[in-house]
Amino acid sequence: MEFFLTLIQVLDSTIRLATPLLLACLAGLYSERAGIFDIGLEGKMLMAAFFSAAVAAVTGSVWLGLLAGIASSLVLSALHGFASITFRGNQLISGVAINFLASGMTVLIAQSWFQQGGRTPSLFGGGRFEPINFPLAETIDGVPLVGPVYSELLSGHSILVYAAFLMVPLTWWVLYRTRFGLRLRAVGENPAAVDTAGVSVVGLRYAAVAICGVLCGVAGAYLATALQAGFVKEMTAGRGFIALAALIFAKWRPWHAMWACLLFGLLQAIALRFQNIDLGGLIIPVQVMDALPYILTVVILAGFVGKAVPPRAGGEPYVKER
Amino acid sequence: MEKMPKWADVVLIPVISLLLATILSAIVILAIGEDPIEAVSLMVTGALGSTYGWGYTLYYATNFIFTGLAVAVAFHARLFNIGGEGQAMLGGLGVAIVCLSVQWPHWSIALLAACAASMIFGAAWAAIPAYLQAKRGSHIVITTIMFNFIAAALLNYMLVNVMRPQGSQDPATARFPEAVHLPTFQSMFSTAENVMFRGAPANISFFVALIACVVVWALIWRTRLGYEIRAYGHSETGAVYAGISPVKITVVAMLISGALAGLMAINNVMGEAERLVLNSTEGAGFIGIAVALMGRSHPFGVFLAAILFGFLYQGGAELALWTSIPRELIVVIQALVILFTGALDNMVRMPLEKLFLSFRKGSA
Repeated sequence: MEFFLTLIQVLDSTIRLATPLLLACLAGLYSERAGIFDIGLEGKMLMAAFFSAAVAAVTGSVWLGLLAGIASSLVLSALHGFASITFRGNQLISGVAINFLASGMTVLIAQSWFQQGGRTPSLFGGGRFEPINFPLAETIDGVPLVGPVYSELLSGHSILVYAAFLMVPLTWWVLYRTRFGLRLRAVGENPAAVDTAGVSVVGLRYAAVAICGVLCGVAGAYLATALQAGFVKEMTAGRGFIALAALIFAKWRPWHAMWACLLFGLLQAIALRFQNIDLGGLIIPVQVMDALPYILTVVILAGFVGKAVPPRAGGEPYVKER
Repeated sequence: MEKMPKWADVVLIPVISLLLATILSAIVILAIGEDPIEAVSLMVTGALGSTYGWGYTLYYATNFIFTGLAVAVAFHARLFNIGGEGQAMLGGLGVAIVCLSVQWPHWSIALLAACAASMIFGAAWAAIPAYLQAKRGSHIVITTIMFNFIAAALLNYMLVNVMRPQGSQDPATARFPEAVHLPTFQSMFSTAENVMFRGAPANISFFVALIACVVVWALIWRTRLGYEIRAYGHSETGAVYAGISPVKITVVAMLISGALAGLMAINNVMGEAERLVLNSTEGAGFIGIAVALMGRSHPFGVFLAAILFGFLYQGGAELALWTSIPRELIVVIQALVILFTGALDNMVRMPLEKLFLSFRKGSA
């Protein structure tokens, strides 16, 4: 029974840790499916984390914080679009610049705004997303097996967690069942064909980059206002890159992205709880857990276990024929 | 016909980009309520106003020359090596193993061995992404990013579980023995009555970095391999048609790139810290990207850009010491430089090309 409760707790923390990964991963999915590589997910999340926490701390309203986070992430998205779509610059270099910009600006602004060494004041009350308890969660907690699963695992997360997981079927539906989704996927594979059909390549790509910005904004806001209570320097801690890894692991598909994010979230949850794991004499150090998402991604990229093929026009600026 | 004279491409565009980055940085400083003119004068006195300041500036510059050259060599083969950070970490591991496991009679022999070890370790860390790019088509940018994180985890493991001396809480190796301490600028340039570079970490590795610049220049522009690398970077199909093997060039260019990034460890690990600590690279691998972009992938340009970034780093540290502007201002400036010289290159280039074309029409 004790093992079962531990398991539930680890899975519960898996869901919480997988949420920012999932949001950022879906963000990257829209962008990369439209042919715009985005290694700036990390920077956008970080920027959104800061502005959501800052605005929530100043106004006391977490919803205003969320909006501010999304807006700040959208500004960076616009910059990425400007550099890589309008000026046909190198998308990877633009992403690197965005990561540094966010990493520097957040601390700079935090220091001049709050003078707390690059962090925001701690959030409380209306400044945070509170957990939502499902009806009857207290009552059936005592029921064996079903009780803890319902009350611990499924109930008691913030609204952003449920929103993130609802985004998965929604993304699937948008990509595979709408005209916009078809065009979005086409623009990432063969922009010339989309152009010939009379649809604006630039418009579609900007739309994709904007969706990416919104989702990264929500991911960042979740980190600073739901998972933790306030912003600290470099709080994304490489999550943007793990999301990128998950995206490749999922081969740019929404449902697979969810499973990949849950897997990587589970690894984080285990590393957080157990440190070094003793498997009957064989000790797995915590660093293996830290490195595992990246190692798995390299293995997938190498194509030894099912090849990951990115969208064909990814990373290539589109030059209209004259 | 070239759209622009060569000097405009090599000098004018980087200078304009730098100017734009400077103006934006000044606006940022104004926005947080500080005086940009005063900030610049503080940075100049702090970084260039004394031999002590120069000692730090050149120490940072040494790191950036190595990582800048690493990124530049890969750029010539049109490969984006974002993994300089991880390769430099592994280089540090190589240096630490060499310095701690052998009783070296003299620092000069130890330096040669450390150079070799750091280059081998750095190159080895670049080898797997290079092979995967060449043979399996895995995108080198993604694999090198992943290898940065794997390197960090590996280093963490080695320092916490393997190389930490007994009884120490600190995740770091033991201090290197006295015999392998490199001569600093202080010991090299001071006279009995006049002490120069007092306490600054600049050391003999700076001259190794200068040699590396010359060697890379000769390699890229004076050897057959360099020609093949440039040809491949210019046009892959053209290179294949000329009988140049893409697999060979990708792997060789990345090995050289990784070796250069690894070589940085003789400066920061052997020259400065004199032991291997966590996060010893301090992001220098990423600054190499900005340095290579600004230096237009030419060793001389890399040298100049590295000095500039050395100045920014030391100046930024002084700024953080004397004003309320945090060190992160440098990260912002670095981001703006990467943005303007890299991603927004066309924004500067397009109007300039139009301008030169209209001049030419006017004179013809």
